[in-house]
Amino acid sequence: MSFDVQKRNDITVIDVKGQLIVGNRQELKQKVLDELEAGARKFLVDFAGTGYIDSSGLGVLVSLSKKIREQGGELRLANLNEDLRTLFELTKLDTLFQIANNREDALASF
Amino acid sequence: MGDLTYELPSDLRTIETFVESLLEHGRRIGFNADRLRLNLRVCVSEAIANAMLYGNRQDPGKRVRIHARFAPHQITIRVTDEGRGFDPSRLPDPTTPANIRRSRGRGIFLIRQLMDGVQFNEKGNSIEMVLLNGPGGPVAHSA
Repeated sequence: MSFDVQKRNDITVIDVKGQLIVGNRQELKQKVLDELEAGARKFLVDFAGTGYIDSSGLGVLVSLSKKIREQGGELRLANLNEDLRTLFELTKLDTLFQIANNREDALASF
Repeated sequence: MGDLTYELPSDLRTIETFVESLLEHGRRIGFNADRLRLNLRVCVSEAIANAMLYGNRQDPGKRVRIHARFAPHQITIRVTDEGRGFDPSRLPDPTTPANIRRSRGRGIFLIRQLMDGVQFNEKGNSIEMVLLNGPGGPVAHSA
C-alpha cells in the first residue's frame, strides 16, 4: 500500500494505492495532518487504485474530515469502485462525504 | 469441503494473506465471486482485526482461532480470541446522526449487514458468521 501526494493548484491530491486498512491508516492520517500543518486546506483523496477499505480506513477518513473542517478546509473523495461505494452506503458515510465519480469532477467541485 | 482450523498470532499484518487464502477456498468450490470479494473478505477481515485489537489487545502471546466450513451453498466462519469478551448487544448504531462522525464502531455493523447469519457466544469472545451463496452486496436481513 502506498500514497502519492501531488498538488493541483491549491488542491492536495492523494492517490491511495492498495488497501486502506487498520495496518496503514495512520500513514494516510499523518500525511494529511502534515499537509494541513503546512497550510494546505483543499484535499482530494483518489481511490482509483484502491480495492478495499476496512472499517478502520473508513474511520480515519471520518477523523480527517473533521480535522480538515476544523481548519476551514474541504475534503473530497473520488473514484470509489462498486465495493467501496457499497461500504460507504451501508455505513451512510456517503451522506457525510462529497464523493465524485472521477478526479476531474472532484477537482472542479472545490 | 469439510472443516478447516487455523491459528493466527495477534499480528494485523497476517490478516490480508490469510483472508486471501480463504477466498481461494471459496473460489475453488465455485462460490459467487462477488460474495467472496465483498461479503466474505470484509466480514472475516473485520472479525479477525477485532479479535486481535480488542479481544487479544495485540498481545503477541495470544492467538486468534479461525474455524471455517466451506460448502457450495454456504460458508461458515468462526473467529475466537483469548480475551475477556464483550456484550455485542451494547454496540451503538454507527449510522445515526449522533454517531456517524465517530471514527470507530463500524466493523460489527458491517458484518451484520453483509453476512446472512451472525452469532456471538455468551462470553462475547467468539463470533460465528454464515454466508449463503448468492449475489454480492448487502444481505436482505441479518441476524
